Amino acid sequence: MGYTEEELKKELETKEYEYGFYTDIESDTFEIGLNEDVIKKISKRKDEPKWMTEWRLSAYKVWKEMDEPNWANVKYNKPDYQAISYYSAPKGKPKYDSLDEVDPELIKTFNKLGISIDEQKKLTGVAVDIVMDSVSVATTFRDTLAKKGIIFCSISEAIKSYPELVKRYLGTVIPPKDNYFAALNSAVFSDGSFCYIPKGVRCPMELSTYFRINQAGTGQFERTLVIADESSYVSYLEGCTAPSRDENQLHAAVVELIALDDAEIKYSTVQNWYPGDKKGKGGVFNFVTKRGICHNRSKISWTQVETGSAVTWKYPSCILKGDKSIGEFYSIAVTNNFQQADTGTKMIHLGKNTKSTIISKGISAGQSQNSYRGLVKISPRAKNARNFSQCDSLLMGNKCGAHTFPYIEAKNNTSQIEHEATTSKIGEDQIFYCNQRGIDTEKAIALIVNGFSKEVLNKLPMEFAIEAQKLLEISLEGSVG
Amino acid sequence: MELKEKLISSFVAFEEEMDLNTRVHKIRSKNFDHFEKTGFPSKKDEEWKYTSLDNLLKKNYRIFTKEEFAIELKEVKKFFLYELDTYKIVFIDGIYSPFLSDTTHDGIDVCLLSAALNKNKYEKIINNYFDKITHKSDSLTTLNTSFTKEGAYIFIPKSVSSEKPIEIVHFSSGKQGNLFLQPRNLIILEENSTAQIIERHQSLGKSDVLTNSVTEIFLNERSVLDYYKIQNDSLNSSLIDNTYLSQMARSNASVHTFSFGGNLTRNNLNFHQFGEFIQSTMKGITILQGTQHVDHHTLVKHSNPNCESHQDYKGIFSNNSVGVFNGKIYVDKIAQKTNAFQQNNNLLLDRNSTINTKPQLEIFADDVKCSHGCTVGQLDNNSLFYLRSRGIPKKEAKALLTYAFANNVLESVKIPILKKRIKSLIANKLGVNLVYDL
Repeated sequence: MGYTEEELKKELETKEYEYGFYTDIESDTFEIGLNEDVIKKISKRKDEPKWMTEWRLSAYKVWKEMDEPNWANVKYNKPDYQAISYYSAPKGKPKYDSLDEVDPELIKTFNKLGISIDEQKKLTGVAVDIVMDSVSVATTFRDTLAKKGIIFCSISEAIKSYPELVKRYLGTVIPPKDNYFAALNSAVFSDGSFCYIPKGVRCPMELSTYFRINQAGTGQFERTLVIADESSYVSYLEGCTAPSRDENQLHAAVVELIALDDAEIKYSTVQNWYPGDKKGKGGVFNFVTKRGICHNRSKISWTQVETGSAVTWKYPSCILKGDKSIGEFYSIAVTNNFQQADTGTKMIHLGKNTKSTIISKGISAGQSQNSYRGLVKISPRAKNARNFSQCDSLLMGNKCGAHTFPYIEAKNNTSQIEHEATTSKIGEDQIFYCNQRGIDTEKAIALIVNGFSKEVLNKLPMEFAIEAQKLLEISLEGSVG
Repeated sequence: MELKEKLISSFVAFEEEMDLNTRVHKIRSKNFDHFEKTGFPSKKDEEWKYTSLDNLLKKNYRIFTKEEFAIELKEVKKFFLYELDTYKIVFIDGIYSPFLSDTTHDGIDVCLLSAALNKNKYEKIINNYFDKITHKSDSLTTLNTSFTKEGAYIFIPKSVSSEKPIEIVHFSSGKQGNLFLQPRNLIILEENSTAQIIERHQSLGKSDVLTNSVTEIFLNERSVLDYYKIQNDSLNSSLIDNTYLSQMARSNASVHTFSFGGNLTRNNLNFHQFGEFIQSTMKGITILQGTQHVDHHTLVKHSNPNCESHQDYKGIFSNNSVGVFNGKIYVDKIAQKTNAFQQNNNLLLDRNSTINTKPQLEIFADDVKCSHGCTVGQLDNNSLFYLRSRGIPKKEAKALLTYAFANNVLESVKIPILKKRIKSLIANKLGVNLVYDL
C-alpha cells in the first residue's frame, strides 16, 4: 500500500495554504482606528453624496451602542476595532477601461489565483468584479451586460450613477441595526458589488465577485446588493482569498438580495480565506451577514462551500415574505486544524404556501469545531408552509467536534416541518471496500467525501463545482485518523 | 424581583430552624450564595428563551407552610394507583402525611429525606450522594438545595428488587393561599437492584401553586429503574421539575413524562453516564390545550464508550397552547461507539398553537451513531377520511389517529394498570370515550 493514514495526516497538516502570497502593490491605506472623521474621510474619498455619508454616520452611532455578540459556538480573541485600518486601496486608481491599464502586479496576482481575467473572459464567459483590499479593481463584461440593461458594477459607482436604486433598497433587508457586524459594515463599507437585473431579463452569464485581502492590518468590509426585478433570473458567484499572516484579519461583509415577484436569484459562495496555520495562529475572522427577501412566487437559493477562515460566523437567510416563494440553502462547511465555524441559515416563512429546503453538510477534522445553527420560523399567517431540513456531519478523528443547533418555531397548524440530522465517520468498511477494488486510501476518502457532499456540490455552477471539489480535496484528504 | 427578596429574607429564618452544624448546612449556604447572585432565569438565558417565569414570579407566595391539612382518602383515591398494592410517600402542602402514606424499612428504605438528613445511620449515604450530580450553575436547582427540607428518600440495597411500585405524590390543599413548594427527592439503587417509581403533583384547591422540585437519582452497576412522571394538574399550578440521573456501568434507566395539564410545566431531565454499556431512555407524551405551556429540556451526557440513549417525545397541541422541546445530546471524545437517538414529533391541531423545538447535538467522538429527527405536522386527512367512511365519528377518528401517533411512547410503559390509566387520561383530554381497549 505504501500510503498510510498517518502519512496522509502529516501531508495534510503540512499542506500550505496555496493562496498565501502577498502582492507588493502600493496601497493607499488609512491610519488605524475608527471615529466619525474616518467615516467622513472614507465617504469623501469615494465622492459620495451627502445622504450616503449621513447613512454611514447613523450606522456608526448604532454600532457604538452595541455589544459584540458572543452567543455563537466559537471562541476567539475579540478584535480591537481601533487597531484596524478601515480603508486600503491599491494605488493607481481610479478606473481602468481595459485590462491593459491595470497594474501588472495586480494582473500577476490574479494569474496566481488562477483567475486570469483574460482567460476567464474568453473561456468561461464569467463576468468578474474583483474587490481587492476593499476596493473594486476591475469589472469585466460590463458592455455585454449593459446591452441587456443589466447593471453590474461596484457599489461606489452605483451610489454615484444609480442613487435612486441604491437609496430604495440599501439596508432594507439588513438594516444597520440588525447586528453588530452589519452596523460596522454599514458605517465603513468601502466597496462591493451592485447588480440590478431589469424586468423579465434572464442574465446570460454567471456574475462573479472576487474578494481578496492583501494589505496587512486592514479589515475588509464589502457590501453586495443584488436586485432581481420582476420575472428576472441571475446566478451570482463569490470567491475569496487572503495572504497568510500571523495576525487575525477581519472580514465583515453584508450581502443583501432582493427578489421581486417571480424573480430568481442563485447566490453561490466559495469561501477560502486564509484559515490560519496548523497551530491555529492567524487566519481571517469571517463575520458575514447575508440575507435575501423573496416577494411573491420568487426564489432565492444560497449555495456555499466554506473551507477557509479561522472563525466563521455566517447565516445566509431567506425571508419568504411573498406567497408561494421558495428559499433554499445548500452548504458544505469544512473545518480542519483549529478552524471554527458556526454557520447555518434562517428561513422565515411569512407568506402562504412558502417552501424552504435546507441541506447542510459539516465536515470536521483536526481539532476544529463545526456547528450548524439554523432557524425555521413559521408565522401564523404562513398557511401550508413546508420545510425540509437535513444536517449531516462527518467527523474525522476524536479531537474535533460537530454541533447542531436547529431552532424550529411553528405557529401554524397547516405547516409541515421535517428535520433530520446524522453524525457519522468514514467507515473502515467503506475504505476497505474501495481498497479491495484497487482504489488507494487517499482516493477512497476523496471519493467518500465527495459522495457525502454531492447534494450540495451539484447545486454549484459548473466552473465553481470543479474548483470546490478541488478545495474539498485539499482541505480534507488524509485527515482521517 | 419580589419573590427573590422574600426568599432571601426567609432563608435566615429557615436556617435557624434547621440544624446549623450539619454538613448539609454548608451545602445549603453555598447554594444559596449562588442563587442570591444569579436569581431567577429570564428569557435572556438561552435555556429559557421560550419559557418565561415572569408572570409566575409576580405572584405573592407563602414560602413556609403554616399547618398540615388532613385530606380524606376517598377525596384523593383517584390520584393513586389504587388497583395496585404500592408503597406510598404522600405530602400535603410539602408536609409528610403519614395517614395517606405507606412507607417501609423492610429490606428497602422508602421513607423521608428529612429522616435521612437527620439520623446518624444515614450519614454516610448523605455524604456520598446528596447534591452530588445537580448542576451547580442552575439557579433553580441551587434554590431548591438551599431550602432542602423534605421529600422522598428511596434506597434499594444490593441485588434487591422492590416488589411493589413506589408512588411519590405531592398534594397541595389550596387552603393556605398561594404556595411555593420545593420538594427534594433522593433515590439510590445499589448494584443489581430494580425499582419502579411513579411521581405525581396534584393541587386540590383553587389557589396558585408553584413547585420547584429537584430529584437526584443514582443507579449503580447493573441496576434498572423505571420512572414515570404524571403531570395532569389544574390550571392554577405550575411545576419546575429538575431531575438528575447518574448512571454507572450496565445500568438501565428510563423516564416517561406524561404532561397533560398544569399552567406552566418545565421539565429539566439530565442524564449523566459514568460507565460503559449504559442505556438511558427518555420518552414523553404532551397533550395541551388552552393557555398551557410545557417545556421539555433533556440532556444526555455520554462520557464513556459503548452507551446508548433513546429519546422519543410526542407533542399534541391545540387552542393557544405552547410547547417547547429542547433536547441535547453531548458525546465526549472518548465516548466512541455511542448510539444516541432523538426524536421529537409534534401535531399542531389548530392555528393558534405553537411549538418551538431545538434538537441539539454536540459531538466530539468520531465513531458514533447519532441521529435526531423532528417533525411538525397535522393529522393526515386521508386517514381521517378512511376512518370516517367506515362509520367512525370525526372526534373518535381523530382520537384514534392521535393514539396511534403517541402509541410508541405508551407501549413502553411497563405497569399495565398505569398504562390503562394513561390511556383513559388521553381519552379524557381528547374528549372521547372509547369503550374498547386499544
